[in-house]
Amino acid sequence: MPHIQSGDLVARFYALFEGWGIPWIVPRLIVMLVVVSIIILFISVVAMFLIWWERKISAHIQARFGPMRVGGWHGWAQSIADGVKLLLKEDIIPTRADRPVFILAPMVVFAAALAAYVVIPFGPGLIVEDLNIGILYVIAISSLAVVGIIMAGWSSNNKYAALGALRSAAQAVSYEVPLVISLIGPVLLAGSLSTTKIVEAQRYLWFIVLQPLAFLTYFTCAVAETNRLPFDIPEAESELVAGFHVEYSGMRFAIFFLAEYANMFTVCAIATTVFLGGWRGPLLPPWLWFLLKTFFLLFVMMWLRWTLARVRVDQLMDVAWKVLLPLAFANLGITGLLVWAFS
Amino acid sequence: MTTVNLHLQQVKEQTGESMEEMWVNMGPQHPSTHGVLRLLIKLDGEVVRECIPYMGYMHRCHEKIGENRAYVQIIPYTDRLDYLASMYNNWAYCLACERLMGIQIPERAEYLRVLIGELQRIASHLIWLGTFGLDLGNFTLFMWCFREREMVLDLFEAVSGQRLNYSFMRIGGLALDVPEGWLGDVKAFLQWFKPRLPEYDRLSTDNIIWQKRIQGVGILKPEDAVSYACSGPVLRGSGIRWDLRKNDPYGIYDRFEFDIPVGTSGDVWDRFWVRRQEIDQSVRIVEQALKDIPPGPVLAPVAKKLRAPVGDIYSRVESPRGELGDYIIADGSEKPYRYKVRAPTFVNLSALPVMLPGYLVADAVAVLGSVDIVLCEVDR
Repeated sequence: MPHIQSGDLVARFYALFEGWGIPWIVPRLIVMLVVVSIIILFISVVAMFLIWWERKISAHIQARFGPMRVGGWHGWAQSIADGVKLLLKEDIIPTRADRPVFILAPMVVFAAALAAYVVIPFGPGLIVEDLNIGILYVIAISSLAVVGIIMAGWSSNNKYAALGALRSAAQAVSYEVPLVISLIGPVLLAGSLSTTKIVEAQRYLWFIVLQPLAFLTYFTCAVAETNRLPFDIPEAESELVAGFHVEYSGMRFAIFFLAEYANMFTVCAIATTVFLGGWRGPLLPPWLWFLLKTFFLLFVMMWLRWTLARVRVDQLMDVAWKVLLPLAFANLGITGLLVWAFS
Repeated sequence: MTTVNLHLQQVKEQTGESMEEMWVNMGPQHPSTHGVLRLLIKLDGEVVRECIPYMGYMHRCHEKIGENRAYVQIIPYTDRLDYLASMYNNWAYCLACERLMGIQIPERAEYLRVLIGELQRIASHLIWLGTFGLDLGNFTLFMWCFREREMVLDLFEAVSGQRLNYSFMRIGGLALDVPEGWLGDVKAFLQWFKPRLPEYDRLSTDNIIWQKRIQGVGILKPEDAVSYACSGPVLRGSGIRWDLRKNDPYGIYDRFEFDIPVGTSGDVWDRFWVRRQEIDQSVRIVEQALKDIPPGPVLAPVAKKLRAPVGDIYSRVESPRGELGDYIIADGSEKPYRYKVRAPTFVNLSALPVMLPGYLVADAVAVLGSVDIVLCEVDR
C-alpha cells in the first residue's frame, strides 16, 4: 500500500469503495494506477531534465553553449522538442529482425528501470512501498535490464548489436558482484535491508564517513552498471557504432535513452540513500535534500563521462575482478568484524 | 555428435569458415574510419584475426586530371589531396615544379612557407589528436583541439581567403603577401596556444585510462615499418629517426633548430607521443621564423605560361603525415606528361594488416586512429 504523506486519504478512499460494496481490488487497482502514472511522469521529467542538463554540462566543459534556442531561456525545451521529434519518426523494424523480441526489448529495459523506483525513499513517508528487503529488490530489478539489452542485441540480427549485447552481459555479470558486496557493508551497519531503515540509521552520521571504500566501489560499479563512460563499452560509439541499440530508431530508441537516464537516477538515488544520509539535512525540506544530493552525484557521473576515455573490454574485467571485488570483500570483512566487536 | 556440432560442421564444409569466427565490415559507413574506408575484419569473439583494408571509394583520377592541366592549374587540385594539410600539398607540388624549372624563390616567401607549413602541421596534428580522442571515447579533447584549430584556420583565412582549400602557394613563391599585422596575430595565437598544450595533456597523456588503452597495442616493428615504406610519425614511432626536414632539407629548414621526436617500441602510444611532441617542435619553428622573417617580395618573377624543360623530377617534403612526394615527367609542353603523387597515408595504411591481428576490436579503432589517414589522399 502506498505510504504517500496523506496516508489517511488513501484509507478514506478505500473505505469509500467499501461503503459502496465494490470489491477491494478495484480501489487498490485505481491507487496503483495513479502511483504508477506519477512515477512514469516523474521519470520522464527527470530523464528529460537530465538529458538537457547533460548537454549543458558537456557543452560548458567543452567551451560551447549547448542548446540555446528552443523554448527561450537556455534552450530549456530542447528535450521536449527532441521527444516530440522522436515520437513522430517512422517506426523502423529491420526485415530480418526477430519482431516480437525486437518490440519487447525496450519495454523490458524500461520496465526494469521503472520498477526500481518503488523503494526509493524521497522523504519520510514519500515512498511507494517500504519493502523490508528494499536493497535486495533494487539489486534484483536492476540486473533485469541486462535481459532487455541482450534481447535487443540478439533480435536486431546485426553483428555490431550482437557484440554490444555480449559485452553488456559480460559487464553486468562482472559488476553486479562488487556492487552487491559493497552495499552489504552499510546494510550490516543499519541492520536492515529496508531503505527507510537505512536512512533512519544515518541520523547522526552518514555512512559515507564509516564506509568510504564501499562508497567508492559502489559508485564505480554504478557507473559501469548504467553503461556510461568510462565503462560504456556495450555501446561504444567509435567501436560498435551504437552497440545493442544500433538498429533502433524513433520512439523505441527514445525509450532506451529514457531508461538509461532513469537508471542513472536510480543508482544515484540508492547511493544517496545508503551512503549520503538520504533525505536528511538541515533547513530545507527532506525531498529537496534528497534531490540535491542525488543530482550532485549525477553531476559527478556526467563530469566523469566528459573527462575520461573509454576503458577496453579486458581492462574492464580486470578492474571488476582484480580491484573492485577484493576491495569490496575487504571492506565487508572489516565492517563485519567491527560490527561484531561493538555489538 | 550433437546436432549443433553437426550443423557447425556442415557450415564449415559449405563456406570453409567455422562459426566461431565472423567477418565484420567496419565501414565504409562507420563512425571511426575517418572517411570512406572499409576494413574487413575477421573476429574471433572480440579478437581481430585478420584485417583487409579496402580503399578506393574516393578515387577521382587526381593524377590523370593533372596530365590535362597546365602546371599552374594543378595547384587547386592538390588542395583536395590531404584536405587537413592543404598548404603542405601546395608546397610539395610547387617545390617539385620549382626544382624542375630551376626557379629560385624569394627569401620572404621561403620564411612564410615554413611559417605557414608549421602552422598547418599544428592544425593537422590537432585534428588528429582530437579525432584520436574521439576514437578512445574522449569527446572533450576533440572539442578543445578544434577550438585551437579554428584559430589556425582563421589565420589562414586572413592570408588566403579560404578556410580549408587554400591554393595559396604558387610556383615561384606565394600568391599574396600576408596582410598587415598578421605576424602579430600569429604571435598572439602562440601565446594563447602554448598554455593549452598542458591542458590537452591533462585529458590525454597524464590520464591513466588513456595510457593503459594505447600502450603496448598495435606494435609495428622497425623492420616492418621500413619494409612497408612507412614514413612520418608512423615510422618515427617505431624508433627510426627519419624526418625529411632534417634528412633531406627542403626550403630553408636547415636554418631552424628543432628536434625529431622518436618512439621506442612502435606501439600506438609511441605514435601518439611523437605527434604530440611534434606540436611542441612546430611551435618552436614558428617562433624562430617569426623572429627572422625578412621584408621583400613573395613571388619570383615567373612567366605567365610556364613550360618545363624535358626531364623528370621526384621531389618530397615532410607533410604532417609523412613523406609527400610529387613525381613529374615533363615533355617540354605546358602540361606535365605524367604526374604522380606519393601519398604517405596510402603507404602507411598498407601496414595496417601487420599491426592489427591479435588485438581487440577496441584496439583496432585506436590503431587505425594512430595511423592518421586522410582518405582523400589515400584514394586520390
